[in-house]
Amino acid sequence: MQNFNLIKAEKGNVTIGETAHSIGRKTENSTQHIKTPAAEKTKIGHIQIKGLKKEYINRRHAARVIGDPDVSGERVTVLDDINLEFQEGEMVCILGPSGCGKSTMLRIIAGFEKATTGQIIIGGKDVAGPSPDHIFVFQQCGLLPWMNVWDNVGLGLRKMQDKIAKEERIREYIELVELSGFEYNHPYELSGGMQRRVELARALAVKPDLLFMDEPFTGLDYLTHLKIREEVVNIHEYIGKTMIMVTHFIEDALVMADRIVVLSERPTRVKMVRKLDFPRPRNIVKDPGLSELRDEVFLMLGVSYVA
Amino acid sequence: MTLFWTKKREIIEIKAGTLLPLITFVAVILIWELTIRISGWSTRVFPTPVTVLQGFYELIRNGTLLKHSVASLYRVTVGFYLAVALGIPLGIIIGQYKPVKMLFNPLIQFLRPISPLAWIPLAMLWFGIGDQPAIFLIFLSSFFSLVVATAIAVESINPIYFQVAANFDFSKSEIVKKIIVPAIIPDVVTALRLTIAIAWLVVVAAEMIAVQSGLGYLILDSRNALRMDYVMVGMIMIGLIGLMLDMIMRRFVILKWQN
Repeated sequence: MQNFNLIKAEKGNVTIGETAHSIGRKTENSTQHIKTPAAEKTKIGHIQIKGLKKEYINRRHAARVIGDPDVSGERVTVLDDINLEFQEGEMVCILGPSGCGKSTMLRIIAGFEKATTGQIIIGGKDVAGPSPDHIFVFQQCGLLPWMNVWDNVGLGLRKMQDKIAKEERIREYIELVELSGFEYNHPYELSGGMQRRVELARALAVKPDLLFMDEPFTGLDYLTHLKIREEVVNIHEYIGKTMIMVTHFIEDALVMADRIVVLSERPTRVKMVRKLDFPRPRNIVKDPGLSELRDEVFLMLGVSYVA
Repeated sequence: MTLFWTKKREIIEIKAGTLLPLITFVAVILIWELTIRISGWSTRVFPTPVTVLQGFYELIRNGTLLKHSVASLYRVTVGFYLAVALGIPLGIIIGQYKPVKMLFNPLIQFLRPISPLAWIPLAMLWFGIGDQPAIFLIFLSSFFSLVVATAIAVESINPIYFQVAANFDFSKSEIVKKIIVPAIIPDVVTALRLTIAIAWLVVVAAEMIAVQSGLGYLILDSRNALRMDYVMVGMIMIGLIGLMLDMIMRRFVILKWQN
């Protein structure tokens, strides 16, 4: 984490940053998150969700309805007419009551599940399926337990021809998440927080256009949670990629996000989209605007918050 | 015995781990010897440990024991490797593709409970006398269990790993090499251990009927010659080799990443 503080302090002449992220766009992004909408339309990290609807068929119910061949199951609407737009380089946090379909929505955007109707357009193209440009960080640990840290981080770099460049890239991202010295350890030898950092390094090493995170702090102890959160904020500020995170921690969303989306209960619709222009680093207690927003979101999710 | 003089508990415990099983073996041999002495049975019917040891010596000297052990081990090895070479890939395919599973699974589940020994008449008719029928029976005894165990292992792989593979654009062969094979190794090694024990059981039985060599044949032949000491030598050898096979299997793969 000191690494990042350093990066933040002397932005502009960062050595790691320049080798790791050679595209000029990123340095521009890291200083300025909010862009003019006209310029975003063609950007690779621009996401548009149009009329997204997702239905499941409850087959257990169908089994009970005997003798009716037409009834193949009870239709359960998980997501209903979701329309959203996220700009390039934004950190978006999606909040909602548990079981509302936040994760399903994220998985659909990432291409792991198909929408029943509706369109997902990323960087001007329809999403056809999972892509190495859109990396998903899973809620449970997605590291391959039979590979050590080095091989896990190198997972997305298998097709790199230049061996030396590949090794350099892996080393660089292991350094980025401060796990140097653990290259040859297997995931089970690492703590939960370290495993998360390996997963982040693996995701970032392929230099994706987009990063999806499904409740990435679940299962971490409170302090590790805060540390990794800070790290993610710093990484986002540093690489300036679009990141979409599903979380049930409202505080996380308020501290991290450029834009928050609050979803309703099932059938899930968008209840609120709010752009957050609060200065960083953010402090919910000290910033009256943030505390107000926090209470508003809590109320929206059915909790009359008392600080 | 130095272990009674030292007061360090660890040393006694380490020694106890090798000492206690030995005590059991010695006790069994003593009871064996005592039973014969007290009962007064003829050593032709119930050979003493000493006569068995003599039998061991004779059979090792004239090379019979080695010849039969090698014959049995050869059949088990060939039959078992055949089963591994065909069963594990088939299990991987069945575990991955639902339609293939639907095609093969009912047949496999139907054939699996039929004892390999029930195949002996057919095996002899098809392959005659010699190594082939025995190898075929070993193959049958191992193949179905391996297919089923592998398929179940593939099916129970955490789906997240496949999503990671999809996310990082793995090819079909990369999924097999980098996800499926490493993920199923622990379950497959367990299955191999269980299967080789069954294969070893079956080879002895098969050799009593279908062939003219091997430890099973040695036992049957010795019975016909009323040499119960040789029968017991055969039994002891079967036990020793079985123990050895299990030890080899256990050391086969030590997985670093398994906690």
